[in-house]
Amino acid sequence: MTAIKTIDYRNDREFHEKLIEEVLESYPEKTAKKRAKHLSVTQDGASDCGVKSNIKSIPGVMSIRGCAYAGSKGVVWGPVKDMVHISHGPVGCGQYSWSQRRNYYVGTTGVDSFGTMQFTSDFQERDIVFGGDKKLKKMIDEIEELFPLNKGISVMSECPVGLIGDDIEAVAKERGTAIGKPVVPVRCEGFRGVSQSLGHHIANDAVRDFIFDKREPEAFESTPYDVVIIGDYNIGGDGWSSRRLLEEMGLRVIAQWTGDSTLSELERAPKAKLNLIHCYRSMNYISRHMEEKYGVPWLEFNFFGPSRIAMSLRMIAEHFDDKIKEGAERVIEKYKAMSDQVIETFRPRLAGKKVMLYVGGLRPRHMINAYEDLGMEIVGAGYEFAHRDDYQRTMDYVKDGTLIYDDITAYEMEHFIQRIRPDLVGSGIKEKYSTQKMGVPFRQLHSWDYSGPYHGYDGFAVFARDMDMAINNPAWNLFKAPWKAAEPAPASA
Amino acid sequence: MTALRQIAFYGKGGIGKSTTCQNTLAALAELGQKILIVGCDPKADSTRLILNSKAQLSVLQMAAEKGSVEDLEPEEIIRVGFKGIRCVESGGPEPGVGCAGRGVITAINFLEENGAYDDMEYIAYDVLGDVVCGGFAMPIRENKAQEIYIVMSGEMMALYACNNISRGILKYATTGSVRLGGLICNSRMTDREIDLSEAMAKKLGTKLIHFVPRDNVVQHAELRRMTVIQYQPDHPQADEYRALAKKIHENSGQGVIPTPVGMDELEEMLMDFGIIKSDEQMIAELEAKEAAAKRVAVHA
Repeated sequence: MTAIKTIDYRNDREFHEKLIEEVLESYPEKTAKKRAKHLSVTQDGASDCGVKSNIKSIPGVMSIRGCAYAGSKGVVWGPVKDMVHISHGPVGCGQYSWSQRRNYYVGTTGVDSFGTMQFTSDFQERDIVFGGDKKLKKMIDEIEELFPLNKGISVMSECPVGLIGDDIEAVAKERGTAIGKPVVPVRCEGFRGVSQSLGHHIANDAVRDFIFDKREPEAFESTPYDVVIIGDYNIGGDGWSSRRLLEEMGLRVIAQWTGDSTLSELERAPKAKLNLIHCYRSMNYISRHMEEKYGVPWLEFNFFGPSRIAMSLRMIAEHFDDKIKEGAERVIEKYKAMSDQVIETFRPRLAGKKVMLYVGGLRPRHMINAYEDLGMEIVGAGYEFAHRDDYQRTMDYVKDGTLIYDDITAYEMEHFIQRIRPDLVGSGIKEKYSTQKMGVPFRQLHSWDYSGPYHGYDGFAVFARDMDMAINNPAWNLFKAPWKAAEPAPASA
Repeated sequence: MTALRQIAFYGKGGIGKSTTCQNTLAALAELGQKILIVGCDPKADSTRLILNSKAQLSVLQMAAEKGSVEDLEPEEIIRVGFKGIRCVESGGPEPGVGCAGRGVITAINFLEENGAYDDMEYIAYDVLGDVVCGGFAMPIRENKAQEIYIVMSGEMMALYACNNISRGILKYATTGSVRLGGLICNSRMTDREIDLSEAMAKKLGTKLIHFVPRDNVVQHAELRRMTVIQYQPDHPQADEYRALAKKIHENSGQGVIPTPVGMDELEEMLMDFGIIKSDEQMIAELEAKEAAAKRVAVHA
């Protein structure tokens, strides 16, 4: 995507460079040398943010990353609602990923949908020593008996399964034939790769290898306007508020990947005329595959904030006829009054507020213009598991002098927050309370802090309200200890 | 009551560990020692000569049937054989499945925690030949075997294995109390076997505890699922094992931290003993052979 004009500001390059020096000073030489490559300050005109990425975290520091299992089960496969996803291995991985990531769905849980349920093979000593294949077989049969409306089963491999070399592929194949449904083995052992990112890739490959072209295709009547939303996990209903806009402009959304999705939607995707990809990091692999094998082009879009939504709608429409192009203009016009009103209400309360973002593989760039639509400024951005191409794409969003931190450590994050004292930090649950204790407002940007949607025009209204709620919460006025009321607020650590 | 002594037998697969171990322990039992043998091999064949029967029920097999090891009592899986020697097998999965190493860890912990070691004077671990993972190193670790005896021979691969096992011991010796008890040469009748074994022992900073000569009576006894001590107690071979048992018994606390050598040094030693040939030797031999072939060709 190209850059977009929102508001003008520059970040304090010298200050940010100094901050990087400060954190590096406290590390041992070897660590400092390694971490230095992941910290940078953006330079207008550069091809990327100037950081190394997708490299193993350093032992001894607290990383915020997840594992391959998290990427596969928690992100890509988990939201496929009419399949049962087995957390195969000891109970912990399943227990702590129970309920998914607020991937909203319609359906009757336990009958035809299983999104918030948790299935685990709960490995015991015996399963490690003698192998878990027998248990897996039994489990698949029991699932089939207890939940006959399941459309298929995925087997999410946890670490020990990889260590003992269990042949889950053989069990999946054998039981899949027996029950006449797809049983998908996913080799997403947590020790593989450096972050959850590899889990996304492995999960994408499993769709390619075990779903595409595997069964008699369903009866399907194509239209020239068929699109698929890829990489929207329907967090708090994001997928729905995106889908609405596409449908209103005259397109037909034949599948959502994978928020509120079904197995049929996975199977049907190669029939699209255009794949629309929101989270590039987690699903670019399968989009590229569909392009190569089925000739389906793909397009990255961004439905955060009215500026990007309008731009994206027009870009999408470019791939279709005048009817759709007119449709895009009609949709933009239809919601203009609403988004103008949102901006009118909240911009005066939020303008000039400084924001630091640290999220997964997409939002640290995708959300920037939405903040800017409200007059807010992004001073720092970083990703847990981005790759080089993400940091290249980030340059279309950030202003000169923005502090960039890849795979940030807990120490660096705290130090940056303390020194910058932004008006808002957007990151995850682990970062929330430590930030708030520093007296800095915070919003969770993985789960939308149990709010949402944030995508689309509907989502923008919710987003603006939530940011205002966090920053202008009167609780911050009570933050100062009464006995210290006379002292000035700390400007820096 | 004397202090509990824990010893373990390691060595290359097929070297005769289980045979040597059982014969030696049978001789120790003759001396009146109270012994528990813990077989650490999924094949569960470390105690057949003592029990005079095929592979017995194993800890893990029973645990799998009952649900978990917590459901087991040691008495259910310990069998008593020749001269009151108590025998237990850890067992494990069929080849190619699961994790046998984890099985060994589970089984040993179970035995220890459930009092199987109480009132014993000797615990002897007979460990699968190739220490492929941490599980098979379990008896070497802290608070398990104090002395490791490596069964070896004059064959090259046995010597490699011997050196490798010493490296494993060295790793744990620095953090725990495990020591190398010594080498036991189970003769394969190779050239200069005793010299080589002694040279190897010297390299490792230990001693050759005993040289067990090769005798068919061992095989005869084994076919009858017996130790030589039981099958032909008057045979000279039985005395060899008695001698070995006595030396091990007297070797208490004499273990050393081994000094394993690098691959180059080991190969150099093997070359000195003519076990493997140097490149120069091989080239010389090849040239001689070609020259001979040429001569034949000329004459023809």
